[in-house]
Amino acid sequence: MTQAATGTPAEEAAPRRKTTRPETGRTRLAVTLLALTALLVVSATAGLAIGSVQVPPGQVWGIVTHALGADWQQPDWSRARETIVVDVRAPRVLLGAVTGAGLAVIGTALQALVRNPLAEPYLLGVSSGASLGAVSVIVFGVTLFGALSLSVAAFFGALGALLLVYATARTGGRITSARLVLSGVAIAAVLTAVLDLLLLTTDRGNEARAVLAWTLGGLGGVNWGTLWLPSTALLLGVGVLLVQARNLNLLLAGEEAATTMGLDVARFRARLFVVLSLVTGVLVAAAGPIGFVGLMMPHIVRLFVGGDHRRVLPTAALGGAVFLVWADIAARTIAAPTEIPVGVLTALCGGPFFLWLMRRDARRGTDRGVA
Amino acid sequence: MTATYTPPAELRVDCVTLTAGARRLVSDVSLTARPGETIGLVGPNGSGKSSLLRAVYRVLRPDTGRVRVDGDDAWALPARQLARTVAAVVQDSAADFDLAVREVVAMGRTPHKRLLAGDTPEDADLIDGALLAVDAVHLADRPFDRLSGGERQRVLIARALAQQPTLLVLDEPTNHLDIRHQLSVLDALRRLPATVLLALHDLNLAAYYCDRLYVLDDGEITASGPPSAVLTPQLLAEVYGVAAEVTTHPRTGAPQVTFLPEEPRR
Repeated sequence: MTQAATGTPAEEAAPRRKTTRPETGRTRLAVTLLALTALLVVSATAGLAIGSVQVPPGQVWGIVTHALGADWQQPDWSRARETIVVDVRAPRVLLGAVTGAGLAVIGTALQALVRNPLAEPYLLGVSSGASLGAVSVIVFGVTLFGALSLSVAAFFGALGALLLVYATARTGGRITSARLVLSGVAIAAVLTAVLDLLLLTTDRGNEARAVLAWTLGGLGGVNWGTLWLPSTALLLGVGVLLVQARNLNLLLAGEEAATTMGLDVARFRARLFVVLSLVTGVLVAAAGPIGFVGLMMPHIVRLFVGGDHRRVLPTAALGGAVFLVWADIAARTIAAPTEIPVGVLTALCGGPFFLWLMRRDARRGTDRGVA
Repeated sequence: MTATYTPPAELRVDCVTLTAGARRLVSDVSLTARPGETIGLVGPNGSGKSSLLRAVYRVLRPDTGRVRVDGDDAWALPARQLARTVAAVVQDSAADFDLAVREVVAMGRTPHKRLLAGDTPEDADLIDGALLAVDAVHLADRPFDRLSGGERQRVLIARALAQQPTLLVLDEPTNHLDIRHQLSVLDALRRLPATVLLALHDLNLAAYYCDRLYVLDDGEITASGPPSAVLTPQLLAEVYGVAAEVTTHPRTGAPQVTFLPEEPRR
């Protein structure tokens, strides 16, 4: 928004004037979104270019446009390179972008819905619930919903965990950070323990190993055939949240105040919990539980565009996409040829961020005389 | 929306009883506010003022009785529709999110907006007007959660004003305000083309600014009427348990309550 330019002590003494009109904010948002989109294109190019076989960026674009059916460059690359870029790296980069964007908007909405800046699907055990749901399907071989079984089960797992954490953390209409994080951690621990138990007792040795790798979060193993589901879920989630952005803003004012401004808080929260669980479930089924993206992105983005959800949501989506594309590049290259699960890297960045956030909020709390 | 003038609302609270679990907060309370009146709700802490206001702004559902705004049952209307008529300044609010003051005030426009509609120049004008009314134009771009208690309170009142209510409900709006802003906020409320229902601690402010007062004691209305009729030494002794002298102020003409701390206590 506009606080970067103002908010100085001199402001106090400034004479009365017209306040910043919304047009200013709109221009700034457009510039931010444009810059992030450009950054995402650059990041995706890097994601397609970097790896065990390095492909020059120019050639990457040649291959991509060729695959899209528009040849602006004489094909001078090997068939193998084309396969690497189009069939191996492209779906992976896209899944990274989709997952990053999805986690960022889920985190943003969750923080408003539980009115707590530390909320995030991974920390609250929602991702663990989704994992448990998905793994149950693999271990017990359930195929009730065909190819969608994994995602459906992950959705129910996520929703169950979210409701459980919410019910445990809420006392007297309020959720304190401490209770929220503690219930999230406790419920995540229980769910993870159940998951481990499942893995250790199952007699399908190979599957157990595959699942174990998946629970650490990773973008490998995706192909063009499976990409549509997370992409659809992301579009659905972002669409719903953007439509509800004004109402998400109302929640920032407190539940009572939101009610006086026309929001049926209980119904709104129930509906959005379902939507968020659905998106989380599908993303976790596709990429495994990847933590802290949903925590970091909303906060970083708010520093630049302020707290209005109409601006935070699209910006966080793009920021999350860029972040996860780079995290995945790092995961593939840092210890090559060994691949690090991308969830390990996001936790490496996110853990310290979480601690910083907690301390910052504690400081702000004392400033205001609120515990 | 901005050009059309909607007259102040009429509020009728009929025989409302409110409970929290087994505890009775308000028993069989009736209250009316005629269009354009400023009605003060006074009474000791815990007498049920906030609870009664909550029933009016649709947060605490009455067990029995009705809240009617312009004849409509407030609890039967969709929340959004009621929010275009009734705005409230409530007593909680601590957001850990970086909203600028202007954005907080802009929230008040929500019940008037379709979900995807952007803020129009008319919205911006209303927001500016609301900020001006509470002397907070200079705060517009400041982060809300860095304001002092009094500044916040004024911004929350501006948010309610941006809602263009015909009935405005306020729970202790002068809390945290210094004297100058207590007076300017109450002045601003009196100028509104709206019916106002507010809970007040300060009896002298209530006497000066309100057309009529309702006195709540232990969940029941014990007196009501014009301030000069309501604020008597007997009533203050009964309800608050203090001795007081009530005079008519020579300049304002309003009843002036002076408490006499020594007498019945100690």
